Amino acid sequence: MAVCGATLAAARRGPARRTLWQIDPAACVQCGLCATSCVLPVSAVKCVHNFAMCGYCRLCFGYFEADAPALNAGAENQMCPTGAIQRRFVEDPYHEYTIREDLCIGCGRCVKGCTDFGNGSLYLQVRHDVCVHCEECAIATVCPTQAFRRVPADDPYLRKGAAGEGT
Amino acid sequence: MRPLRTILPSLATAFAAQASDRFPKPDFEAAYQPPAEVWPGAGTALGEAIDVALLAAALGLAAHLALGRRSRRGIAVLSVVCLAYFGFWRRGCLCAVGAIQPVAEALFRGTELPLATAAIFLLPLIFALFFGRVFCAAVCPLGAIQDLVAWRPQRLSRWLASPLTLVPPIYLALALLLAGTGSAYVICRFDPFVPLFRLSGNLHGILAGICLLLLGVVLARPYCRFLCPYGVLLGWFSRFSWRHLTITPEECIRCRLCAESCPFDAILPPQPAAAPEPLPTAVRRLGRILVACPLIVLAGGWGFARAGIPLARLHSDTRLLEQIALEEAGMAVPSVESDAFRRSGRLPDELRQSVAGRRRALGRGGWWVGMAVGVVFAARLLGASVRRRRDGYEPDRLHCLSCGRCFRACPVEHARLRRKAATEE
Repeated sequence: MAVCGATLAAARRGPARRTLWQIDPAACVQCGLCATSCVLPVSAVKCVHNFAMCGYCRLCFGYFEADAPALNAGAENQMCPTGAIQRRFVEDPYHEYTIREDLCIGCGRCVKGCTDFGNGSLYLQVRHDVCVHCEECAIATVCPTQAFRRVPADDPYLRKGAAGEGT
Repeated sequence: MRPLRTILPSLATAFAAQASDRFPKPDFEAAYQPPAEVWPGAGTALGEAIDVALLAAALGLAAHLALGRRSRRGIAVLSVVCLAYFGFWRRGCLCAVGAIQPVAEALFRGTELPLATAAIFLLPLIFALFFGRVFCAAVCPLGAIQDLVAWRPQRLSRWLASPLTLVPPIYLALALLLAGTGSAYVICRFDPFVPLFRLSGNLHGILAGICLLLLGVVLARPYCRFLCPYGVLLGWFSRFSWRHLTITPEECIRCRLCAESCPFDAILPPQPAAAPEPLPTAVRRLGRILVACPLIVLAGGWGFARAGIPLARLHSDTRLLEQIALEEAGMAVPSVESDAFRRSGRLPDELRQSVAGRRRALGRGGWWVGMAVGVVFAARLLGASVRRRRDGYEPDRLHCLSCGRCFRACPVEHARLRRKAATEE
């Protein structure tokens, strides 16, 4: 009885819906643990792209490996280990970069390149259509910068560049 | 063309401060629309309400099948359906067993507890209070998967089974302590069957699940009986349940067939009233118990408070601090975690404080939950020393999983079914 009462009292303080885990892009340092710590075979963390912040650089630090032999779409030049970034010419000298989420493994290598040397328009987010919503996120338990936190299920993203969220 | 490697360091220093606007957004000459951003939702509030309603409906149906229809077949079919939906389809994450932990965290740390989680935690308990452990019988996917493989259940000797039933309260206390201090959700982390439901997870988890299922062939539902922390709570609620499944529909004829049929050893034999004890022996026995009880309680508290030090390592902050200390002593090379920590701008002192705070909380909380475990054990001791009269075979309400296997073993039930069939004709 006491258990029921106390639980109900606690539930009255809380939100009606379940809360979900999300990455705060401001705290993320792209250590790469997201790719390997998720309970899913392929992590539910994916790279997302805020086009409003993107510089459409020809020389994208998220797309090209630092010691890329040539600046073209060859696999040896790409930062992404799965080739999940699509590069499309828009107009000279601008290029558009889109993430193929079915290929992205959430390793954050492109995010690191873009954050350290570019505009920081690429960032990592938990995609909630993939996530199985564990009560204790397996990635959150290993995240060394405490970038994971619970967010309301009605708006479960911490968008970069959006009002008040992220950076 | 210069390789990027030679450009990068100069760029890094040039743009060290401002991350955004290093490369201003271009003014496109041609009409250009960036691709629309997609933000997939996580189901709706209605979806969560439907989940809770489905759980309630499954529990209601299970209670009806166990107490009203008295149908073992119905319970078995429902358990397979629930295994398919709550287990394999929802991948085990609509789970009352795991819901203990957010509830504990909300109670002890004041974190937010969503209503849906509270409902998932409470519904099986409320049903247990009215109808016994019908959740275990047919709704819980963890139980259902073990029920399916219980082909050749063997009886466990009492001297082995009794100590093993003390494990679930200890596991429950550990789960409460670790969730209540925000250290870890051990029930989820060491859940042996969820990796099988998801068909993914670490190797240890999958192997543990397979081993438990193999063990479950000869020892029926080992996780439910000797580990499940939620089963402890359900047992307490079921102990005082309003109605409970009965083995025989009418009077017991003491044939013992039901006790043979129960794979969980959860049927209590008839017991004559205890012969009156001579007063001096009774006083001596009472004295011994009264001395033992406080000792058990204190031993529980001390044991759990001591366990806090190794348990703290379940939280990544503790491991990180140890790693950093090793690195500073020159005994380890930097790891991914320590490297990320240094880049994050968090201070080592902050980390040290958080770890010390958690150690203190684990020590304090350890005393409380340890003493609670001691109280549970002492109550077991008291319960074992009192002989209650039982006229016939009865389900042990604490441990009966309401699976209904005993129905078909009871000759009185067969007579009832024949009479019922005759009147229907």
